[in-house]
Amino acid sequence: MREVAIVGIGCTKFGEMWDKSFRDLFIEAGLMALADARVSGAQIEALYGGNMSSGIFLEQEHVGALIADYSGLTANNVPSTRVEAACASGGLALRSGVIAVASGYHDVVISAGIEKMTDVGAEKAMDALAAAADREWEAAVGATFPGLYAMMARAHMHEFGTTREQLAQVAVKNHYNGSMNPRAQFRNRITIETVVNSPLVADPLRLFDCSPITDGAAAVVLVPAARAKEFTDTPIYIKAAAQASDSISLHDRRSLTSIDATTVAADRAFKMTKLQRSKIDVAEVHDCFTIAEIMAIEDLGFFEKGAGGPATIAGETAIGGKIPINPSGGLKACGHPVGATGVKQAVEIVEQLRGDAGKRQVDGAEVGLTHNVGGTGGTVVVHILAR
Amino acid sequence: MTVPRFWREIPNRYNLVGTKCENCNTYYFPPRTICPPCRRKGLIREYAFEGSGEIVTYTTIYTAPETFTKITPYVLAIVQLDEGPKLTAQIVCDPSEVKIGARVRSVFRKLGEDGPDGVIYYGTKFTLA
Repeated sequence: MREVAIVGIGCTKFGEMWDKSFRDLFIEAGLMALADARVSGAQIEALYGGNMSSGIFLEQEHVGALIADYSGLTANNVPSTRVEAACASGGLALRSGVIAVASGYHDVVISAGIEKMTDVGAEKAMDALAAAADREWEAAVGATFPGLYAMMARAHMHEFGTTREQLAQVAVKNHYNGSMNPRAQFRNRITIETVVNSPLVADPLRLFDCSPITDGAAAVVLVPAARAKEFTDTPIYIKAAAQASDSISLHDRRSLTSIDATTVAADRAFKMTKLQRSKIDVAEVHDCFTIAEIMAIEDLGFFEKGAGGPATIAGETAIGGKIPINPSGGLKACGHPVGATGVKQAVEIVEQLRGDAGKRQVDGAEVGLTHNVGGTGGTVVVHILAR
Repeated sequence: MTVPRFWREIPNRYNLVGTKCENCNTYYFPPRTICPPCRRKGLIREYAFEGSGEIVTYTTIYTAPETFTKITPYVLAIVQLDEGPKLTAQIVCDPSEVKIGARVRSVFRKLGEDGPDGVIYYGTKFTLA
């Protein structure tokens, strides 16, 4: 296996992009990534596009070909593959690209993620997202996505004494970080009161515990590490690309307070890098709901089980804290265009490791981690990146 | 959900019919045709659950998809059946009455409908025992 490097990144602004289509979004992110890597379209050998649900959001499938076509890559008949694992589609597109380069099959590969969610109403969008759960045995009996995470939050509060305020602090911190990110959907700072006084969605989760509906796209250019300097002076190396599966339904899991696939994927990733967890300087984790970030920082091994809430309140996950989590603003504030999120996480970590993250820069960051979850934990993808 | 997709699972949805692996004595609901620990060595048989269990965790849903908007807020829980498996189901009770560890009993109830002219879906919910 060859080591793989990211030599170019691109990411659109995240938000309700009424004036931009699916095509506009991926073209914008892709061109940014190519310009950043100083790569021409003729050099691209393969493309992997993470997308969860163009079928429901746009009544459009076959988006692998669509992306290649409107990116002007059909002239070379570049193989283009859509990758789907619900909210982990982007992370999986990145891992697919890494495998393609590491194996020696291709040299210059684009991994992208894209989701256009606002061309349908909130009702339809909620239905599309529910498709990440078990349609027949969860959604069909009345489960919603916030409802499933609410049941994890309830169990976590019951087992470890996690508090309403600790959950809220995740959103407060991520909005603070988002306020320093020009790409973020929400750049307003909020307080714990904002969260605990927002409307109930699925008790105990309220509106401000939930990530929003977002349009956006992100892309990275991958090459063999040995060729990285041809493209950039600041390559970022992919030290591990790990993935794990678990039951699609929450009710079939061993635990309701841990996401086992996170623990397994992280163990696999750390084993590949032979690094200790303490070497991670910054991480982008999957905070689709506030409880998800608390479980993630525990399951990734940054904090003991049950210590995630107190650590969050104590500021240990803020920029400048023990382990800064979600400097981009996370899914909560930066936004969550589901298929794009996993790639956006890598874009943020690359900017952090290059030292290009502006006001939200984590000082001296050398090693970073991304953690992307599909559904309630049926798929988890973890990447470790280093300068 | 389309009619054949729902109709196919009527025994499971109406009467809590799941499966049991006779090789390792593990019960499955929702039903599985492959026993994960035994795989091809498994011996899967139909099994009708007794319908008693305990609430493992719960939530009250305030924002629901169209099929369920008429009944919001409603209580949703993960119930562990006495035979072992866990399932997701609605609890017919006031949100203030539900708690982790509460004993529950299965009941046959209307789940929802596909608009005014569509199919009415029935299935299993639980009441506090």
